[in-house]
Amino acid sequence: MKRRMPISGVVVLLIGALYFIVPIACTIKFSVEQGHQGFGFDAYRQILNDPTFRDTLWFSVQLALETTIVTMVLMVPTVYWVHLRLPKARPWVESVTILPFVIPPIVLVVGLFDFFKSFSPDWVLENFVFTPKFLVTAYVVLALPFVYRALDAGVRAVDIQTLTEAAQSLGASRSRTLFRVILPNLREAVLAACLLTFVIVLGEFTIASIALYQTFPVYITTIGSAEAFPAAALTVIAVGLTFLAAAVFLVIGRMGMRQRRRPPIGAAMTSVAPAAGATLGEA
Amino acid sequence: MPGPVGPARRRYRLAWLGALPFFLYAALFLVFPAGDVLIGAFRTEEGGWTTANIRQLFHAEYVHAFENSIRISILTALVGGLLGAMMAYAALHPAAPRWIRTIVTAFAAVASQFGGVPLAFFFISSIGTVGVVTNFLKDYMGIDLYAHNITVFGFWGVFLAYVYFQIPLMLLVISPAIDGLKTEWREASESLGGDSRTYWRNVGIPVLAPSFLGAIVLLFGNAFAAQATAYALTSGGYNIVPLEITNVLNGNVVSDPHFGQALALGMIVVIAVAVLIYLPLQRRAARWMK
Repeated sequence: MKRRMPISGVVVLLIGALYFIVPIACTIKFSVEQGHQGFGFDAYRQILNDPTFRDTLWFSVQLALETTIVTMVLMVPTVYWVHLRLPKARPWVESVTILPFVIPPIVLVVGLFDFFKSFSPDWVLENFVFTPKFLVTAYVVLALPFVYRALDAGVRAVDIQTLTEAAQSLGASRSRTLFRVILPNLREAVLAACLLTFVIVLGEFTIASIALYQTFPVYITTIGSAEAFPAAALTVIAVGLTFLAAAVFLVIGRMGMRQRRRPPIGAAMTSVAPAAGATLGEA
Repeated sequence: MPGPVGPARRRYRLAWLGALPFFLYAALFLVFPAGDVLIGAFRTEEGGWTTANIRQLFHAEYVHAFENSIRISILTALVGGLLGAMMAYAALHPAAPRWIRTIVTAFAAVASQFGGVPLAFFFISSIGTVGVVTNFLKDYMGIDLYAHNITVFGFWGVFLAYVYFQIPLMLLVISPAIDGLKTEWREASESLGGDSRTYWRNVGIPVLAPSFLGAIVLLFGNAFAAQATAYALTSGGYNIVPLEITNVLNGNVVSDPHFGQALALGMIVVIAVAVLIYLPLQRRAARWMK
């Protein structure tokens, strides 16, 4: 039987759409305002000519790439191995990856610095704790819940056991099995996990600001406390970059799709959706 | 169930080595630092034990910070949660055109990435002192937000910005449950003579309630943990726990460094309580989804 869409539903969706669009539209309008001279792109020009803009953005991109690599090297083999050989460890791994929700970034940064400052010898402090590498280790922790959920969903969707046995009965070594058989089958899940990690690091403010690093989000707040129009322009740029990052990952995901028909990266993203939402507060 | 025996058992034990890097990493960079917070909250600078930091949590200013944090988290969880759930229901309604469903899902996925600092500037541009909405209301409607104490760097700014990220989170979390409402249940209810109200009272609400309440708790934790948005909006001036910790760590207030750990411990306790509420709800909600 056919039902009509209730009018109340339309109203609710309209209110939601307005709530979503108005602040963005205001920010865009704000970013092209030039006081009494009408509209123009002065704010954008000012930002793009600021060397700090390029430096901080590059710094954040580097951190994001490093975090993504470390996270994948740590988590892909772990998730694979736990599914294949250690089903008993799964609840443990799962519980540990939920911990970053219980320990918010502002709490994590308190504990991380205090713990490492009190237990590290000087050379560790100099070469690790007081360097951006330490920031990367913290970001890996922030990404854990999302990455685990994305990879776990991916591993569940393919028959890891059979693939591994088939590869090994044909004489493939363990690393060959992982890189040539398992990874290509986890392509979408790995890409979704990379995207989430990348975006989390690109937007992370709490830990970086407390550790006194000038990352991109820290730079935005510094500008924002002094000048409103350039801050709006920066916000537009930041949101645009987030979209760009997502688009790049989507394109990479599509490239692999031509050979095999499989659910697009979007499907992998929705599997981590509940976890993804929770980044908001942390970012 | 008897486990593997002999060499098989030894191989199984060796298999744990494969998960060792993960557990080591988590111990070093997550579990020990958390333990450091728990213990550090009870330490003095000189290395002795004290409850002074915990007692300081009960000073009026910090009690107020916890009240504010909990209040804004509950309010934004409820308002954002209700709006998000209603939007999800409207978009996933069987009669809704397919494209609405697609747009709303995409909206939720995208909006959920607008966290932190950019979100603050969305609202500074809209309802800041010279914001677009502020000026529009003043010039065309004769409403002066700031004369009514509705400011972007006070409660309303934080509230509106938090609701902005709570709505898409609710959409993402509740959609599977709403999708799980089977049309057959509604038809069964109708063929037995029930109207819309009896359907909701006897089927819809009991089935959705655990998912909805679980999602509300998740939204609560999400707002409670947030720091960046409030910091950027209020320059650290709004009295909530994450910003109090920030002030201690940045040396903006004169206090024992261990007091930062006491505040952090307080946050963990609140979230732990939320998780204890969440877990049984989650288990009940899972029953209806397959």
